[in-house]
Amino acid sequence: MIKADVLKKSQSLLALFVLMVLLTIFTDSFLSTENMWNVLRQVSINLCLSVGMTLVIISSGIDLSVGAILAFSGAVCAGLLKWGIPIEAFDLWIGFTVLGAVIAASLVGYLLGWFNGWVITKFTVPPFVATLAMLTIARGMSYLYTQGKPISNLGEGFEFIGSGWWLGIPVPVWISVGVVLIFVFITKKTSLGRFIYAIGGNERAALLSGVPVKKVKRLVYAISGLMAAIGGVLITSRLNSAQPNAGMSYELDAIAAIVIGGTSLSGGKGSVMGTVLGVLLIGVLNNGLVLLNVSPFWQQVVKGLVILLAVVIDKSNKKS
Amino acid sequence: MLEVVNITKTFPGVKALNQVNMSFYPSKVNAILGENGAGKSTLLNILSGIYTDYEGDVLIDGNKCVFKNTTDSKNAGIAIIHQELNLFSNLSICDNIFLGQELKTSLGLLDYRRMNTICKGLLDQVQIDRDPSCLVENLKIGEQQLVEIGRALYSKASIILMDEPTSALSDVEIENLHCLIAKWKEEGKTIIYISHKMEELFKVSDTFSVLRDGNSIASGMMSEITSRELIRHMVGRDVVVKRRNRERTSKEVVLDFEGKFKLHRGEILGFYGLMGAGRTELMEELFGVAKKPISITIEGKKVAIKSPRDAIKNGIGFVTEDRKTEGLIMDRDLVFNISLPSLKDFELLNAQKELEFTQKNIQGLDVKTPSLEMLCGNLSGGNQQKVILGKWLSTHPKILILDEPTRGIDINAKNQIYNLIYDMAEKGLSILFVSSELPEILALSDRVIVMNEGCIRGEFEGATTNEQELMQAALPKRIIHD
Repeated sequence: MIKADVLKKSQSLLALFVLMVLLTIFTDSFLSTENMWNVLRQVSINLCLSVGMTLVIISSGIDLSVGAILAFSGAVCAGLLKWGIPIEAFDLWIGFTVLGAVIAASLVGYLLGWFNGWVITKFTVPPFVATLAMLTIARGMSYLYTQGKPISNLGEGFEFIGSGWWLGIPVPVWISVGVVLIFVFITKKTSLGRFIYAIGGNERAALLSGVPVKKVKRLVYAISGLMAAIGGVLITSRLNSAQPNAGMSYELDAIAAIVIGGTSLSGGKGSVMGTVLGVLLIGVLNNGLVLLNVSPFWQQVVKGLVILLAVVIDKSNKKS
Repeated sequence: MLEVVNITKTFPGVKALNQVNMSFYPSKVNAILGENGAGKSTLLNILSGIYTDYEGDVLIDGNKCVFKNTTDSKNAGIAIIHQELNLFSNLSICDNIFLGQELKTSLGLLDYRRMNTICKGLLDQVQIDRDPSCLVENLKIGEQQLVEIGRALYSKASIILMDEPTSALSDVEIENLHCLIAKWKEEGKTIIYISHKMEELFKVSDTFSVLRDGNSIASGMMSEITSRELIRHMVGRDVVVKRRNRERTSKEVVLDFEGKFKLHRGEILGFYGLMGAGRTELMEELFGVAKKPISITIEGKKVAIKSPRDAIKNGIGFVTEDRKTEGLIMDRDLVFNISLPSLKDFELLNAQKELEFTQKNIQGLDVKTPSLEMLCGNLSGGNQQKVILGKWLSTHPKILILDEPTRGIDINAKNQIYNLIYDMAEKGLSILFVSSELPEILALSDRVIVMNEGCIRGEFEGATTNEQELMQAALPKRIIHD
């Protein structure tokens, strides 16, 4: 099993490497430092979503609501910064610092995710349905909150999160690295990670082995929501503007990255590092296609084919 | 007559069958015996057309048969009732029985009226009181097994292979099955019967063939051999299930399941009953699986158990009936499975410590595995059961529930597990031992509780009770009236 795992990872790694070599040969700018930082900054949002959802998928669930939660949390973050919370009855106004707004937005994401988990565990609603409903709800809430218009000009302090540099490295890259380290640690080194794999492997057996199944599931969806919110903060800061329709179909990109990374949609198997490779592969591919002046329509087709290829290779590996 | 001649089947690194020769006669029940891993399943898979690359020949009435797939084997008149059930749980009983051979109306649509009628007839024969449109997932394991048998009943097969057909059946159902087999014999069918239950084999089978480590060891007429000789052929030495005389002195009540039963320290309390008697349900209630509040006292303290996790915290362990779906996470290794119930809500894992923990807890269980990183799904049934025992012993329980702990495992492993149960009880562990096999209930239990129709019907002293007494209590009252 361990061998197969290494093989699978090295396969995605090899694919990534080959892709990068090809792009270096066929474009002038791909390997430039500027472009590299650019790619890493771009993938940081999908990375947050994918890494969070990896836990959900390992537990044999799915979370379709991350794109919408991203939009709503981003909007809340921007709104709090810009407008705060006016309480007209008392003629009061609560303002937010950057940190305060980010924490509030994260909390919103966490709670929406937790609600997903609560519905799934309390009423045994299939995760697909519960999170599909949340997708619509959160998207609607983001339109309501923004009144359908972007919230822009959020101040330089806030822009630092998405566009700033620290020690010569873009801030989103620092955040990505931190997120990946934390999630690798959770999945490999904590009982929580073990429980998630156990639930995905066989939920009934896990329950009978004393795994607190419901608690773990709620937490997993809450974490996925939290990561979507962090993605929301990143994208809002990067654009210096919250768009009500931000993150449209990002959940599909996240699922694609996870699948390419070798995590099984039926649960129980997969890894955070696999997902990271999947995210990078999609990111580099997107970037390369742009540099090669491939039309955006073709980019979609190519991305789809890559996903298929990844799954087919994965399947044929398992057979042999 | 069905013969296998010089069959050899090799897997990477293992010779599963080595020059095996066997003959199976029509109008006879032909038993195949062997421990788990002896090669019975491999042979079965060759006869059913699942394995196609082997050396040697399969002959039916002297004609060589080559099965390229399972349909070929079916067309040659072979029906197989697998040990692992092959039913579609999302489909109805009727759909399952007619799968691939549906009856159609003149318009080419499914003729459910005709199928349901035939299906009802089949269900009556195997004595399941269910509607043909009932989904298989709503059936108990034993009933599912009977549906499989019903399917064989419907096919016009002349050769019927049964792999442990009675492992999930109650004694009454077994009796019924044996009547069916007698009927098949009269019709001239060839019956191949694989079972671990000696008594049963002596009752139903006419001939025997013994496999050991992929070799044919012995064959002959059942009437000319004793069970002791057969077991010696199978395991290469004598094995006897014997009641150990032990002093049960402790009167300390460890568990008081209010209004139901009391369990003393170091006691083996047997739970006997037919399938569906409610024993598993009672154990699940105690273990916090069923979501109803229960009132129990452990070591004099009232405790609330709302989930299996609460139960484990209060010193209860549960070796479940179904290893595959409830016992282990099969595509994970021994370390993962054994440490699972001992993990705290949040703690950091240490691979080295976990490895040592696992080693310590399977010591003395004689688990045959190349390494602790072996996936549990690759172990034999007996070894899986030992891993499950190790998993629960590692939590240092005060009370251990064993639900059919020897189901479908070979005699050697069975005996090891019996000895383990004795040893655990000797060390002060209190054991709730659920079983449908009278011999092991009688051999192990200090006291026996008999259940039927969801209620406790009687309590007996293990040392003085007998099979008749327990059976009498276990039978539902309506059957006695018949």
